[in-house]
Amino acid sequence: MNIDSQTDEFHHVQTAHCENGVTTALLRYHGLDFMTEPLAFGMGSGLFYIQIPFLTVNNGPAISFRTMPGAIFKRTCKSLGVEVTRKKFSNPASAEAFLDQKVKEGVPVGCQVGVFHLTYFPKEYRFHFNAHNLIVFGEENGRYQISDPVMEDVTSLSKEDLSRVRFAQGPLAPKGHIYFPEKIKPVTDDMIRKGIVSGIRRNVRDMLSIPGNFAGVNGIRHTSNHVRKWRDKLGLRKASLYLGQIVRMQEEIGTGGGGFRFLYGAFLEEAAAYLQDDRVANISEDFTKAGDMWRSSAIKMAGVYKGRLTEQKDFEEIADMMLDIRMVEKEAFQKLSSLKLGK
Amino acid sequence: MKKEDLPQDPGALDKFTREVCYVKNDDGKYETALSKGWDVKKQALDSAWEEVNERVEEARKAVANGEKSPVYYFMELRLMDLPVLSGYTGIFPFFIKRHFKPSVFKDLSERKLEKYARAFDITVSELKNFKG
Repeated sequence: MNIDSQTDEFHHVQTAHCENGVTTALLRYHGLDFMTEPLAFGMGSGLFYIQIPFLTVNNGPAISFRTMPGAIFKRTCKSLGVEVTRKKFSNPASAEAFLDQKVKEGVPVGCQVGVFHLTYFPKEYRFHFNAHNLIVFGEENGRYQISDPVMEDVTSLSKEDLSRVRFAQGPLAPKGHIYFPEKIKPVTDDMIRKGIVSGIRRNVRDMLSIPGNFAGVNGIRHTSNHVRKWRDKLGLRKASLYLGQIVRMQEEIGTGGGGFRFLYGAFLEEAAAYLQDDRVANISEDFTKAGDMWRSSAIKMAGVYKGRLTEQKDFEEIADMMLDIRMVEKEAFQKLSSLKLGK
Repeated sequence: MKKEDLPQDPGALDKFTREVCYVKNDDGKYETALSKGWDVKKQALDSAWEEVNERVEEARKAVANGEKSPVYYFMELRLMDLPVLSGYTGIFPFFIKRHFKPSVFKDLSERKLEKYARAFDITVSELKNFKG
């Protein structure tokens, strides 16, 4: 692969999840044409589950179906030997100066932003969520050209608007966080295979043996136990809002939990081709099943917040569904673990 | 999820963008498809907004009844909580809570009022003169 043949033009990539998209588009821009969203997600060990204790988001439980923000980009680049520059800033002026410098050099860069002041988002989606990612790839008529991976097309933001979302406040405040691949060496198929294997092994470790009971597959049981108690403890109204929050965390744009399971299935399918290993492709089916089960649980939860299901037995059923999902995901990761890939 | 099962229920994202989803094609392989939305999600979002609107309305009443200061109302209106508002203003949550009291609010310095107004995207006089 000839890295000098780096494409001059930046190509927008639409993906299911913003950080995968930024990773994919930036690496492709730097000549790694094989990069796809599932590959970035899998090499970055993106699949996860956690209910963060003692923390509430938008007055509901803080649940995430993916790994920490920033981790996917960092891990995927690292396993491909790509050197990365990342910077945070204490004041907006220096953040803007640095960005302008990069724009002048013609380097597309990833930025972490908050969505509350993101003008091109529909109002309904603009909560205080600070781990969204987009790419700035140029400037035209005094406005930054923006490639937001969840959008079908590219868009633009004024200088003030971008500065504002880069310095959004609250949990996970971006502090002007900017990142981009610095140095890219040729990538061999062997490196890709190694990256895939280490991505899978790290994901197995994160899901199966992370300490504590609120993360990994055990985190699903943790939430399930909570769901059983919510109706008595919080009252029906608040309990149903909490379930609504789970569904939004699970299926909403940029955070999709059920969607992430399909994405991981797609990754394993690609991984099987790279590794020439049908066993990996078979395990892909288990993640498809888990994704489908998350979606069925969302339909059941919707029954509650629509006010159709109101009994304790409905909450019990939802909790049981989550336990079933936990078992499916646990077995799938145990199977992945027992393949002893890379040994 | 099979490709033909992908929901296409128009929601808040309609006319904005469609979402990429990973679905199984007829050969049992993964591919991407675009979805307009899903009712299950739309209702979750709607119920979240109903809750927000109720909180805002309650905050408005609390200001009208003289129980809370406008800071409290605008915090709810802008979907903020204490940590977020503290981030935007640089004022510690402990003090923000005090500023929720109308008696404390009326003696706030112009500087603090400006910080709040900027965080809420309004003018100082809008903040001061909000009566609920």
